[in-house]
Amino acid sequence: MTGRGKRETGKVLLEVTDLHAAVEGKEILKGVDLTVRAGEVHAIMGPNGSGKSTLAQVLAGHPAYAVTAGRALYEGKDLLSMAPEERAREGVFLAFQYPVAIRGITNAYFLRAAVNAMRKHKGVEELGPVEFMDALEEKLKVIGWDSSYLSRPVNEGFSGGEKKRNEILQLAVLDPKLAILDETDSGLDIDAVKTVAQTVDKLRRPDNATVLVTHYYRILTHIQPDVVHVLAGGRIVKSGGKELALELEEKGYDWLRDEVAVA
Amino acid sequence: MSSGIEAQVLQQYKYGFVTDIEAEVVPPGLNEDVIRLISEKKGEPAWMLDWRLRAYRNWLKMPEPHWANVRYGPVDYQAISYYAAPKRRPQLDSLDQVDPKLLETFEKLGIPIEERKRLAGVAVDAVFDSVSVATTFREELKKHGVIFCAISEAIREYPALVQEYLGSVVPYNDNFFAALNSAVFTDGSFVYVPKGVRCPLELSTYFRINAESTGQFERTLIIAEEGSYVSYLEGCSAPVRDENQLHAAVVELVALDHATIKYSTIQNWYPGDEEGRGGIYNFVTKRGACRGRASKISWTQVETGSAITWKYPGCILQGDDSIGEFYSVAVTNNRQQADTGTKMIHMGKNTRSTIVSKGISAGRGQNTYRGLVKILKGAESARNYSQCDSMLIGDKCGAHTFPYIDVRNSTAIMEHEASTSKIGEDQIFYAKQRGLSAEDAVSMIVNGFCKEVFKELPMEFAVEAQRLLGISLEGSVG
Repeated sequence: MTGRGKRETGKVLLEVTDLHAAVEGKEILKGVDLTVRAGEVHAIMGPNGSGKSTLAQVLAGHPAYAVTAGRALYEGKDLLSMAPEERAREGVFLAFQYPVAIRGITNAYFLRAAVNAMRKHKGVEELGPVEFMDALEEKLKVIGWDSSYLSRPVNEGFSGGEKKRNEILQLAVLDPKLAILDETDSGLDIDAVKTVAQTVDKLRRPDNATVLVTHYYRILTHIQPDVVHVLAGGRIVKSGGKELALELEEKGYDWLRDEVAVA
Repeated sequence: MSSGIEAQVLQQYKYGFVTDIEAEVVPPGLNEDVIRLISEKKGEPAWMLDWRLRAYRNWLKMPEPHWANVRYGPVDYQAISYYAAPKRRPQLDSLDQVDPKLLETFEKLGIPIEERKRLAGVAVDAVFDSVSVATTFREELKKHGVIFCAISEAIREYPALVQEYLGSVVPYNDNFFAALNSAVFTDGSFVYVPKGVRCPLELSTYFRINAESTGQFERTLIIAEEGSYVSYLEGCSAPVRDENQLHAAVVELVALDHATIKYSTIQNWYPGDEEGRGGIYNFVTKRGACRGRASKISWTQVETGSAITWKYPGCILQGDDSIGEFYSVAVTNNRQQADTGTKMIHMGKNTRSTIVSKGISAGRGQNTYRGLVKILKGAESARNYSQCDSMLIGDKCGAHTFPYIDVRNSTAIMEHEASTSKIGEDQIFYAKQRGLSAEDAVSMIVNGFCKEVFKELPMEFAVEAQRLLGISLEGSVG
């Protein structure tokens, strides 16, 4: 591997080995290898249909995807044998590409239910509505929202951008160990991309990690990735530093296809 | 796996216990002598017995209706006992004299029957099988001139009021089950709110079927005089039994000029087991008359129990500017069947009605909304808004909607919205990804779906309704 991140000192958080996955009988992932250490930010780029979102969904445990081979260890535990809610409670967070609306349930209620599910799992006392709102104030400021969003139903009637920001708010509130952002930057204007990126950057710590699935270089101008991967045809075909993202931005993916074919 | 889930669902009916209490039960069967006996036991005046007998004779000539979208075996009306009462007949003036076992039962059910519940601000009338056992806060209510008592007592104490209004909204020959009820009703509640009084407490009745092979035929009558307001709630439960038990109630509401009646029901009769054995047949006639100008009647119901539900709480909007409302959540899980909805009859000018119905089907449940909106010729500028939403959980259940509209005045404005949705894998996955269990996710999604109805319930009952809904759907999504 060329241009691998500067340090490999963090504890391995996620180790994916030869992962194969299919949806409706069609194989999408064809042997993905990926190692993410604590403290790192990884960007996964690649052309449409290369399997980026599938990888994100499989790691989060979406039931529509069947893992056909390979394994994924999260903090040394078998991630794939864990139920989706267990993964979440253990600190795996997926920011959805298409966040789902839940009618009649306010954002505040949903967020608190999520926070309390995590707290219960950790054996920490659950938060009442008032305490929770206090804790939330600060997080809201981070993404530049006022509290009016909290009384709106979850993602219902939200614009595309609002939905994505809402995912980031959830990310900020739940503070996971491993965050997977599935094209969170798509459909956002320049300012929103910046806000999202800055929030992710602020949350960056030596003990957590982020995997950014993205189409665009743009978001990487605000977040310094440790490793950039190119996913094509269901496998990671190239990994490198930030310069790889820049190269992709300039040349597109076609040159890579040729290079991979030659290799 | 599925049997585990079903077992869990079955376990959830936690009101299925039987209280071991000596009861006086009239042998099964129905004839004029039984009716005379009931009337005598209640110490009723002659006009009441006469009314009952007229109802009975009409009933004999009526066929049992089968137009509802529900299926069940024949009901043997001669196998039912029409009167069951706890033997130690309690004195109504003091709770101390009520059989402690009865109090314990209501305690188990979480009914606020004791004085300490005063804080909850709920006055309760509890009907155990056929007899009203305790009415709390009567003195407090009396200060405001509000009468809240068992209907059998009202017949004795306030005969003029009862005679004037009983059967004035639901006549004894209205329909098969209403006629049966009129003939044999044993207890129920009576509420009278005098002119200009805002009833200071939420009034509540709790119905409990305990004895075996009995039917429960309660009759409730609420009268709100000019400019008064009352909010009334009923709750129901029954023990787990393999046989079906019949519950055929009648509720009549009368709102005079500028009066408002808010009537809420949380119905959690035993729904039967996962194979559809046992459960209550809930065949109920509920109707309110907005007799006065600018009067208002609002029905809110949360129907989670019963094997079969057949009920259409309606409003007759006679007074000009009167308002009728119907907010409903009906849940059918396992083999439960519900055919429920409302009737809004617009007679007066500028009358308005709102219908919000939420049907949730899971397991092999069948859920039907049936509603009639009728605008009569004289109802100038009437308006109706109807919204019927159905939610399906799983692929073996059914949702059906039968809206009937009959408009005879061209100035009417009618709006109807309907939707059917399935709880999606994606919705559940989204919630799970945020750490919620499947049960919590379903409960949250369903509660969100029902929110427009729940917000109509008094606060403490809204909480109860949400909890009940969670319980009745637990295990319905793997």
